Amino acid sequence: MTSIDTHHAVDGAASQPAVATWLTSADHKHVGRLFIGSGLVGLLGGLVLAVLVAFERIDAEGFQLLDESSASQVLAAARLLLTYGAVLPLVLGMVVAIVPLQLGARSIAFPRLAASGFWMWLTGLGLAVASIIGNGGPGGGEAEMVDLYLAALVVLALGGLMVAGSVVTTCLTARAPGMGLLRAPLFAWSSFVGAVALLLSLPVFVGTAIYLYVDHRYARAGFGGNMGVSKWIGWSISQPFTYVLAIPLLGFVLDAVPVMNRTRLPQRAAANVAVGLVAVGLLAATTQSAVTLPWEGDGFFSGFGDKIADLLPFALLNLVPLLGLLGVLGAVALTLKSGKPRVASPLAFAVLGLLTILLGAVSHVLYSIQDAGLGGTIFEAGSYVAVTFGTVTLAFGAVAYWGPKLWGRSVPDKAALPLALLAFVATALGSLPYMVAGFADQPAGVLDGFAYSGPQELWNALTTIGFALMLLVSLAYIALIAKSFTSGSAAGDDPWDGTTLEWATSSPPPADNFSEVIVVGSEYPLADMKNSSGKVG
Amino acid sequence: MLALPPAPQQAPKRQVFVGTALASAAGTMLIGGMLAVWLQFRADAPYRESARRGLIKDWMPDKVVVPEVAANMMLIAFFVVCVMAQWAVWSAKRGDRTHAGMALGMSALIGLAALNSQVFIWTQMGVDARGGAFHSMFYAVTGTFMALLVIGLVYTAVAAFRYLGRGTSDVQILSAHALYWYFLTAAFSALWFVVYVQK
Repeated sequence: MTSIDTHHAVDGAASQPAVATWLTSADHKHVGRLFIGSGLVGLLGGLVLAVLVAFERIDAEGFQLLDESSASQVLAAARLLLTYGAVLPLVLGMVVAIVPLQLGARSIAFPRLAASGFWMWLTGLGLAVASIIGNGGPGGGEAEMVDLYLAALVVLALGGLMVAGSVVTTCLTARAPGMGLLRAPLFAWSSFVGAVALLLSLPVFVGTAIYLYVDHRYARAGFGGNMGVSKWIGWSISQPFTYVLAIPLLGFVLDAVPVMNRTRLPQRAAANVAVGLVAVGLLAATTQSAVTLPWEGDGFFSGFGDKIADLLPFALLNLVPLLGLLGVLGAVALTLKSGKPRVASPLAFAVLGLLTILLGAVSHVLYSIQDAGLGGTIFEAGSYVAVTFGTVTLAFGAVAYWGPKLWGRSVPDKAALPLALLAFVATALGSLPYMVAGFADQPAGVLDGFAYSGPQELWNALTTIGFALMLLVSLAYIALIAKSFTSGSAAGDDPWDGTTLEWATSSPPPADNFSEVIVVGSEYPLADMKNSSGKVG
Repeated sequence: MLALPPAPQQAPKRQVFVGTALASAAGTMLIGGMLAVWLQFRADAPYRESARRGLIKDWMPDKVVVPEVAANMMLIAFFVVCVMAQWAVWSAKRGDRTHAGMALGMSALIGLAALNSQVFIWTQMGVDARGGAFHSMFYAVTGTFMALLVIGLVYTAVAAFRYLGRGTSDVQILSAHALYWYFLTAAFSALWFVVYVQK
């Protein structure tokens, strides 16, 4: 007897050696996994350097492990790796792997473009790290390595742009029949918003980096040479731009919390708007610098016109994204209030990650008020750590939630749950002492020569412990993922009793995602399908 | 076990066109951002007396002369390419392969002429990239635009091969191709005004 498989045969990649498949595949799940794997490696690298930096700060006078010339390079490398080597790939990886599934699409739009984007990003990152090692980062002393660093940043950003373009095109053109943009799952919506924000802001970064490259290589006349690099592109590794990188994972929070709570998201339209408001942070690309609020003297109280002139840009760049984050928090709170949450690691990662990002956003508003006197202090680093570690925490949650769709096996929930709590503690320890030290005028961007009255060693030791704890949490989580990847228990197609389309296909999904075209009738298409077949959705 | 062929693929909703529109938006931010930095540098420059132009911003060196004929012809060339690219779309929608092919050929030819104009401008102006902020920024912004122009020329070649190779079925790529040239024209119009006219 002949049996018939309703899934068509997988493409020819199955007959290739595994390495060749990983190198050449344009399957969006492959590309997503590559991004996530690389992002986890980048995270470890960034955290090791962050620990090193924090450790050096414990003794305000003199160096212990580094020397003066390498200190600024390690400082630059830590932020580069955490922002563009960890957060960006972790976020893009989840987006590339999951969004086409959520939309009911066969594949991502321009799959080869997305795959090329990954390799460009990886090449750019590798070159940037190599140039920093060769004393070529911001403020680096080796001229040719500084040139290489700037060129590498352009390559890295172009890779990100290619992926963002692919994601936005997917959201606009590859949705299942009946799925309008506002019916799309909130992770797909927030990925769309975040990718649009990247598409509009990364080109500004590229343009500035090109100016810096040409000026540094030939003239060193207009942009301050190697010392001007941080001034001109520092905005891309600081708030509010870091919110832009976190936007897609806000959608993970808004998708996962209702599922974990076995209920629907109340005020769904408001949640859509809230995610959009956070994207206003992309305006950092238009100002290319922090926008602060003068409060007294010639500033805020000097006249109504001046008040408005000061307040409007400040509010746009600092308060509006915060309002969006508060909107997301409100939606989550209403959801949790309306159901009975099951205590699982995705829920813990989602709620705690969101809270830490909020801590970063609130503290950034405070930092941006000039009369708080925090400008130029290490307070900004505390805010950055809260947003960045919060985003990493959300990424861990997203991996736990969508692990079955990424590699077909579940991440052990009982082991992952305490890691969520530890990540929260690590973030608090890594960020709050820096904020306190900021009030004591500990300067940013230096590792020694900043002695001040007060328990400076305590604040910097606490931060070191926080970073080290985050490093341990990350190592443990990566070990969990590796164990799940190699020998974890097989997950069902729908282990969380989900409501969106990614749970309607097998775990892991086949090469073309779905065997038939699904017509969507509401925001919760899988729940509709379960209800129509007599199951509770 | 037999394997069924895949279920019919959903008709893509103008994926190439949407992708091109997004690339154009990103390109607009790229050139817009670079011109904004240029304008900021120019605004920050002090005033000086010029023998030829009176009291001006001390931005473009006095000895540097813009070959305005070439710059203006370059601008006109972009508008002509837009007409040619739209002619290709118009012809393709009517199944007229001959005219569509001719229009694409003209687009490529005039695009190459624009490229040649830029090289001519670089040669004539004789700006040394090591001379200062204006000098390096001039090459950065015009060089970046040239990269976008080269992408446009490659796009024209790809669109021509795809359209002519596939018969008359791929009109969408010609629409997307035309959109990209509209973007290039808009971007160069801004660049022309800021760099070559306002100086």
